[in-house]
Amino acid sequence: MNAPTKKLRVATTSLAGCFGCHMSFLDIDERLLELVQLVEFDRSPLTDIKHCGPCDIGIIEGGLCNAENVHVLREFRANCKILIAIGACAINGGLPAQRNHLSLSAILEEVYHAQHGLVDGFIPNDPELPLPLDKVHPIHEVVKVDYFIPGCPPSADAIWKVLTDLLAGKEPELGHGLIHYD
Amino acid sequence: MSQSNTFTLDGKTIPYSEGQTIIQAAMAAGEYIPHLCFNPEFKPHGSCKLCTVKANGRQTASCTQHPAPDMVVESDTKEINDERRTLLQMLFVEGNHFCPSCEKSGNCQLQATAYQLNMMSPHFDQFFPDRPLDASHPDYLLDFNRCILCSLCVRASRDVDGKNVFALSGRGIKSHLIVNAKSGRLADTNFSGDDKAAHVCPVGVILKKRVGFAIPIGSRSFDEQPISATPHPQGACPVGPRSNAATLPPHPTVKDA
Ligand code: SF4
Ligand code: SF4
Ligand code: FES
Repeated sequence: MNAPTKKLRVATTSLAGCFGCHMSFLDIDERLLELVQLVEFDRSPLTDIKHCGPCDIGIIEGGLCNAENVHVLREFRANCKILIAIGACAINGGLPAQRNHLSLSAILEEVYHAQHGLVDGFIPNDPELPLPLDKVHPIHEVVKVDYFIPGCPPSADAIWKVLTDLLAGKEPELGHGLIHYD
Repeated sequence: MSQSNTFTLDGKTIPYSEGQTIIQAAMAAGEYIPHLCFNPEFKPHGSCKLCTVKANGRQTASCTQHPAPDMVVESDTKEINDERRTLLQMLFVEGNHFCPSCEKSGNCQLQATAYQLNMMSPHFDQFFPDRPLDASHPDYLLDFNRCILCSLCVRASRDVDGKNVFALSGRGIKSHLIVNAKSGRLADTNFSGDDKAAHVCPVGVILKKRVGFAIPIGSRSFDEQPISATPHPQGACPVGPRSNAATLPPHPTVKDA
């Protein structure tokens, strides 16, 4: 294969996620070497760049559980031509959204005041801390999302399939064995 | 004049016998039509509309519609599959389907149908309803978060077990599954694990306690083959392997958790 003319720029982030999707992404193993021939990374836990610049592809792990998540998501959407939601949490809220049937004040109360063994607990209110949202939301409820890779986490093969389909200019398609919600 | 007792399904000729519905004849011929509230062992309910086909150009539920000679039935078309996917998306956002922690994952007919129809996202806004569990019964747990109101447990308990443990209550978006006891709790009914109703739920609502994750996620029925390829012989449902074991052929492909 000839050297590609211009590398595609890719940004990734984890919002209300556990980094499991990023770990699964790294599970593409030696295919990473193939990938870095075709792409370069912008903001990502892999580069430590703090803000997302103009990119071809943005990959979002995790849903929205606080105000900062929403700001980061909007920055990605504003800068990325294609936005991909990766994993259950980005797609339907996932594990963090299991708090949604409880009131936020009851949760904070339980965690910082009432929980067994706490003495003089207080609810943290440092201005540096992002404000939690009332409920956890999947990202497509806030910005337009172009593609979804479901799974908790999606397998490395599923992630590889979507990325290589996109790099080849095709509509990504996961068939049996690659589409999973668990 | 003898009429041909056949119709076509996506161009294939399907024989049928008197009294069969379109989906029954299709299944007998080894053809898959997506469905959720239909189970060949029970009278059709016709509520989920996943089985919708076009019969001579008109949309109809194939689990309730009888074929007519030379009827032209379309099922696996982009138009109908797009609508089926939308129905699935609505079912997903109306409940709480956190598959990674669901004992039914991989054996779930809702999930497998969504895989089959390439449902990549729920599309709509999540309702995140608050539906407390009923863990009162010593052997069985009810997780209402996943109920799709297919009424199979209602039909099984009423028509097979003669018990009427379950019922659907309320209308429209307020419809929900209830347990017929003054307290509303399963423990206060005569429900038992030997009931047919304990084994018909196509999703992860009616779950046996203390058998969690005996088969790991990733090695379950629909991990191995898509629901469309899972043989569905008359009288045995791919998600009801424990049911009527004495009278039905054992299902070769579905693993019992
Ligand atoms: S019932 Fe099916 S779709 Fe719902 S959470 Fe369980 S596996 Fe997922
Ligand atoms: S509990 Fe299961 S079988 Fe009963 S109505 Fe709900 S989804 Fe159907
Ligand atoms: S399977 Fe026919 S309406 Fe549900």
